[in-house]
Amino acid sequence: MNDQNLQVNRRQFLKGLAALASTASVAALLDACAPAATSAPAAPTVIKPSIPFKIGSILPYTKVYAALGESITNAMTLYFESVNFTAGGRKIEWIKEDEENDAQISLRKLTKLIEQDKVDLFTGVVSTAVVYALRDPLHEAKMPTVISNAGGNLLTRKGEKGAAKGRFSPYIFRASFSSFQISSPLGEWVAKNVSKKVLVCASNYGFGTESSADFKSTFVPAGGTIVGNDVLPPLGTTDFSAFLPQIAAAKPEAVYSFFSGSDALNYVKQFDQFGLSKDTKIVGAGFLTETDVLPGQGKSALGAYTSLHWSTTLDNPANKKFLADYAKRFPGKDVDVFAMQGYDAARVIVEALNAVQGDTSNQSKFLDAIRAVTFDSPRGKFSFDPKTQNAINTIYFRQVKESGGQYESSGKYENAILGKTDKPILDPENM
Amino acid sequence: MLNLTPDLFLIQFLNGLAYGLLLFLLAAGLSIIFGMMDVMNLAHGSFYMLGAYVGLSALRATENFWLSLLVAPLVVGVVGFAVERLLLRPLAGRGHLDQVLLTFGLALVAADFVRAVPGWGAEVRAFPPPPELAASLALGSLQYPLYRLFVIGMGLGLALALALLIGRTRVGAIVRAGVADAQMVGGLGINISRVFSIVFAVGAALAAFGGVMTAPIVSLKPGMDAETLIAALIVVVVGGLGTLRGAFWGSLLIGEADNFGRALLPDYALFSIYVIMAAVLLLRPTGLFGRKT
Repeated sequence: MNDQNLQVNRRQFLKGLAALASTASVAALLDACAPAATSAPAAPTVIKPSIPFKIGSILPYTKVYAALGESITNAMTLYFESVNFTAGGRKIEWIKEDEENDAQISLRKLTKLIEQDKVDLFTGVVSTAVVYALRDPLHEAKMPTVISNAGGNLLTRKGEKGAAKGRFSPYIFRASFSSFQISSPLGEWVAKNVSKKVLVCASNYGFGTESSADFKSTFVPAGGTIVGNDVLPPLGTTDFSAFLPQIAAAKPEAVYSFFSGSDALNYVKQFDQFGLSKDTKIVGAGFLTETDVLPGQGKSALGAYTSLHWSTTLDNPANKKFLADYAKRFPGKDVDVFAMQGYDAARVIVEALNAVQGDTSNQSKFLDAIRAVTFDSPRGKFSFDPKTQNAINTIYFRQVKESGGQYESSGKYENAILGKTDKPILDPENM
Repeated sequence: MLNLTPDLFLIQFLNGLAYGLLLFLLAAGLSIIFGMMDVMNLAHGSFYMLGAYVGLSALRATENFWLSLLVAPLVVGVVGFAVERLLLRPLAGRGHLDQVLLTFGLALVAADFVRAVPGWGAEVRAFPPPPELAASLALGSLQYPLYRLFVIGMGLGLALALALLIGRTRVGAIVRAGVADAQMVGGLGINISRVFSIVFAVGAALAAFGGVMTAPIVSLKPGMDAETLIAALIVVVVGGLGTLRGAFWGSLLIGEADNFGRALLPDYALFSIYVIMAAVLLLRPTGLFGRKT
């Protein structure tokens, strides 16, 4: 090889890289120059029922949570279509924005929805980090909000504990769950029914560490022991091979595993490939084996114990109708817990509008109407805890089993229900 | 902090080796294509991703992993050939920025294409390993997946075959001469433009082969192209441009560094390979196997 030629090549190569990097940063700069949030929220106007009711949503359609955003959107569409996009005599208009799993981008889009589109109600948000970033602008704009996923505990709590500050707002409702509701009942249940020697392996980000702390908070008092050091792979890990041998070396009887989306799919598959599933049980929050990843995990997920506020196998008329309608409207799409939450969020909005007969001019009346919404949801009876404005959830303990064919499109495996909490779980009001 | 027993060390070493050899399948093509054709191919990660998805469709149709391992590189190789002939050729002799824009644009198109194809889409897709390799093997007190051992064996075999092809055959001699001075090779009466197309197509096929080989370890999702392309670009910078040896040792170094970084210092996991790249750029700016001026 010609030496001088190589030198030039290398310099050009690096120049090319630099050019690429600068195109990317220019794009970011342009993004950052988009209209910023400065002006005060518009004064409330008297609204006649003939004026459409505008809903703005921020949900992920790209990046790691794209499939979750699609599920929620599909199910909201399904419910709104069932009422002809009409509630309380008003037409429902729906403006969608992409969450992109990015708090800064979402903030900008929220500003657009509030300032430019002048939406009457905000809904959506999958990521807890994003919902924390949007909370203050939503609160300041006095924007009625129905969150359809993001489960971070702080969102609906009051008071302070150490550095953590409750972010409760009277305008924000959460129709999904809190991480406390899902993971704290599991700790006690695992200690009683599965194993008392558990290692924790969780995605290393806010929601993962929060959920494992909630698990430990009831597992240890119930007589359980945490084995070894917590194993904390970064969010978005595709190859868990660096972490799985550490679990094997600690020889726990079971592993509390907090992962969701593609992380969950790869983790469970590789857990099995590394021979861990022979002697070690998997327990975790239900997202680990939800319908979005279960068909891909296949038999490697068999036997995993999880807790969640819903399952495809839940036997009630509302769930059966939901599964059937969804399969008919979106053939070939697997219905998952995120879809169920979108369906319920849409229904909350519709029921509240019906209750005030489309008149949202008195905001405190409209907020009272949301607070009072109750109906038969696919998860069971739906209502908000008026103190926290978080959904009250019964938690189901589930195990992955071979499907009895009740629900076809979830493939050959399903989350069979082993039991449930004695009473519905309320998220604590204070930190 | 991890307590590294000999068993754990062996397993982590094998993990790094498997990852490194998969990177090699991309880096080899990237490096030779750049060395010879002076093209920085940012669509190389897309060939890898397309390979995995074409493999998935082939697997669904035939239920045979080995067939899909054969079909995907062939299909993607043809795509690569067409891309070189129809899109890159007209840009020959233009600056790198034009090529970067073209190949980056192709990568964006490929990403949207994968989303749009029914059965591929935005969801994560699992890709089961061949049943005969689905088991795990006892290594000391721990278990190791058989499929990863197969990846290591296959990767080493391919590296050796490529080394022999480039180092010992007439075709290899033409490729090496082309890396040194393509114009001169053309002047000697060799149809260099045909050689370019073939090298580009083989590079694309190798990336696709890597895609199918990786698929049973990680699952398929949009975005898998960018993650791997960045790692392969780092390998090329660390190993030195246009050399197969550089791509090989660079891949193994980056593979091991990435894996041990994750295992030993998980908080700094994503950092370790960039530290190596920075160190190599400072101490040996032409890469570990690039020649000094």
